[in-house]
Amino acid sequence: MLGYFIRRLLAAIPVMLVVALSVFLLLRLSPGDPATIIAGEMADAEQVNNIRTALGLNEPLHTQFFIWIGNLLQGDFGTSLISQTSVMSMISQRLEPTISLALAAITLTVLISVPLGVIAAWKQGKWIDNLVMSTSVVGFSVPVFVIGYILIQVFAIELKWLPVQGYRSIDDGIGEFITRLILPAMTLSSVYIALIARMTRASMLEVLGEDYIRTARAKGLGQRIVLFRHALRNAAVPILTVVGAGFALMVSGVVVTETVFNIPGLGRLIVDAVLSRDYPVIQALILLTAGLYVVINLLIDLSYAITDPRIRY
Amino acid sequence: MSTENPVLKVDSLVVETDAKDPKQILKGISFEIQPGETLCLVGESGSGKSVSSLTTMGLLPEGALRAAGGRILLDGEDLLQASPKRISELRGSRMAMIFQEPMTALNPVLTVGRQLDEVLACHTSEPAAKRREIVLDALEQVHLPDIERMYDSYPHQLSGGQRQRIMIAMALLLKPKLLIADEPTTALDVTTQHQILKLIRELQEKHGTAVLFITHDMGVVADIAHRVCVMHFGVIVEQGEVKQILSNPQKQYTRDLLSAVPSLTPREPRPQRGPRLVLDVAELVKEYAPKRGLLSWIKKPKPGTKAVNNISFKLYEGRTLGIVGESGSGKSTLARCVMRLIDPTDGVIRVDGQQISGLTAVGLKPHRHRIQMIFQDPYRSLNPRRTVGDSLIEGPMNYGAKRETALGRAAELLQLVGLPADAINRFPHQFSGGQRQRIAIARALAMEPDVIVADEAVSALDVSVQAQVLGLLDDIQERLGIAVLFITHDLRVAAQICDDVLVMQRGKVVEYGPANDVLGNPTAEYTRQLIEVAPGRSWDFANFSPAG
Repeated sequence: MLGYFIRRLLAAIPVMLVVALSVFLLLRLSPGDPATIIAGEMADAEQVNNIRTALGLNEPLHTQFFIWIGNLLQGDFGTSLISQTSVMSMISQRLEPTISLALAAITLTVLISVPLGVIAAWKQGKWIDNLVMSTSVVGFSVPVFVIGYILIQVFAIELKWLPVQGYRSIDDGIGEFITRLILPAMTLSSVYIALIARMTRASMLEVLGEDYIRTARAKGLGQRIVLFRHALRNAAVPILTVVGAGFALMVSGVVVTETVFNIPGLGRLIVDAVLSRDYPVIQALILLTAGLYVVINLLIDLSYAITDPRIRY
Repeated sequence: MSTENPVLKVDSLVVETDAKDPKQILKGISFEIQPGETLCLVGESGSGKSVSSLTTMGLLPEGALRAAGGRILLDGEDLLQASPKRISELRGSRMAMIFQEPMTALNPVLTVGRQLDEVLACHTSEPAAKRREIVLDALEQVHLPDIERMYDSYPHQLSGGQRQRIMIAMALLLKPKLLIADEPTTALDVTTQHQILKLIRELQEKHGTAVLFITHDMGVVADIAHRVCVMHFGVIVEQGEVKQILSNPQKQYTRDLLSAVPSLTPREPRPQRGPRLVLDVAELVKEYAPKRGLLSWIKKPKPGTKAVNNISFKLYEGRTLGIVGESGSGKSTLARCVMRLIDPTDGVIRVDGQQISGLTAVGLKPHRHRIQMIFQDPYRSLNPRRTVGDSLIEGPMNYGAKRETALGRAAELLQLVGLPADAINRFPHQFSGGQRQRIAIARALAMEPDVIVADEAVSALDVSVQAQVLGLLDDIQERLGIAVLFITHDLRVAAQICDDVLVMQRGKVVEYGPANDVLGNPTAEYTRQLIEVAPGRSWDFANFSPAG
């Protein structure tokens, strides 16, 4: 197990290198120039060129790449071309809101979708199954911002139960932190609830036809134990896969939710950085996301071994 | 019949499909079982024997089948009227069940101990320590070794026989009055089957359990039953004491069923047909490399597993060679090597004089058609989305035959294997298991092979169908002079079809020679054991009398 863990971490190194190289090249190949944006519309070609030289953008591509990688290896993500602040500090400020939001959303997703999927599978073809399945179609198809605004209208404006928008750090008090996270988390999780409820149902239906479920019933076990202890653990592998992939997607795909609820997170940071061609920020964010994917995938694979004793690494 | 109160009394039970236009699966069957008695429900597939047991346990698939009439009395209590909660209480405590497939009947993600413990936790209020004690005692009673380790094992770490012992321990944990055993030994080797049957009998005598034993195997019936119900299409055709049913069956169906059981006595030797050596296998080895760990490149390599270890045999035209052995003996690996479906590690395979063991995929192609295979499971070996005709002509067309010619030949072949000519445009699901196996035979013949490799080709079939397919193979061999390499675990089948027999154990040859010698007068201890434990050895079914 430990050997597997180490091998997987080692295997991540070439993956990260390839990601770094492709991000770097893609940005340089795409149209748009940070120097032009910094210089403003009135600047002439010479001014722009001076800025380019100052930012090191006139160096040959490979020199630029090796300088960047060299700094990276020393833990230096560089400074923003636009704001001249360190990329590291920009990201670390924005990390907490996004991670909090994603964790809250994935927890909500699992707590709601898995029981729904189990019940739908158990009552296959009955009204409750049809209800869960048709609601999940709605969850899939309504855009995230529509769900967000509807939730704000109902819970914040009409009922006044929850604040409309904004973010409070957990350091400012747990109550404030949670009340401001509920609506964004519900919004962000809607698609994933729909997806994972369906996944759970499909996986459960397959398992419920297995011989050992019949054995469990023949032992006289109650419905709840048969469903959750015997069936769900066997159905867990595909569900875990989707939950893990869902979490990774959430971290990199929170832009809309963060915008609707005015949360200063990574999603908005990356949009701003892309619009202003802020190379070091974009590069760092994409590398960070890639690293997160690698770690989450590893955790998912390890979790397989915990739920299913037949899987050993 | 005794006057005691029966443990189970089934009275005019009707089960039908749960549809608008219901079809009766059980047409009013009645039987009863006394304490300490074993009643065998015997019949071919589709006879309704498993449905009877599932109805009793309340385990009929919801929305597919339902009990529509009659009564099932367990100790006088009508199970068909009982609430679902009451049925749950009775399951595991008063009636218990063991199933056919020990490999899939246990939950793979829970330890064995946990799965046994559950039964006690669900039906009793014993504290955890006491429950553990009871479970360990139950494991002891089914003669499992190293019970502390068993308790913490997962099912995949155990063999099929061990798993079935655990199922039995689980079923008998609360000393139920009724044990339902649905084909509990069908998936096991003869040796293991023998041990499991002995175990069921031993525990039954100890606890006075009534056993409802479901099987299709007359040999098992002869060994274990007190009384027998013969079922056919949802009706009990005949019931009575086992002796009476086996020696003096009253109904034609029972007589046919018994006559179809192949005898353990080898058939008369056939004269050699010709001198042509069609398959020559010499010193064949298939070795699987050991699993390599993290430090494999510094440690000394471990020896691999030799699934086939130095096997040699010769097969002449028109002859049948049986490869006999238990699961894990390497007989299927041998068949696959001979077919070159997997690559042998060492040794020589010659088909009609041409060496094929060293050939590449391309070099092999001109010789592939000489050796064809029939697989075990006719439900999975035919592509469900292709018509029978398409399946039959695919091979010849690969070798350059014109579509029309191939189709004409396919129609002839279907007739040869006893299927109507219009079968050619139909799909596999429109045929029964026996018919599908006939199609598989036709498919093999379409290539005009010298050798047919039949890997457990009749194991999945009912005895009456099995007899027909074996008859067909014999007939085709007689007409076309094809040689057959017949892989089987069933000594009865081997005795009836093989000229020569090769007994395998753990990849090695134990005994090889004419069927009459090997099965009639075995010299190796292992062969003797195999014959010893064959179920129903003491009975000559076809002649309705004890074996002489």
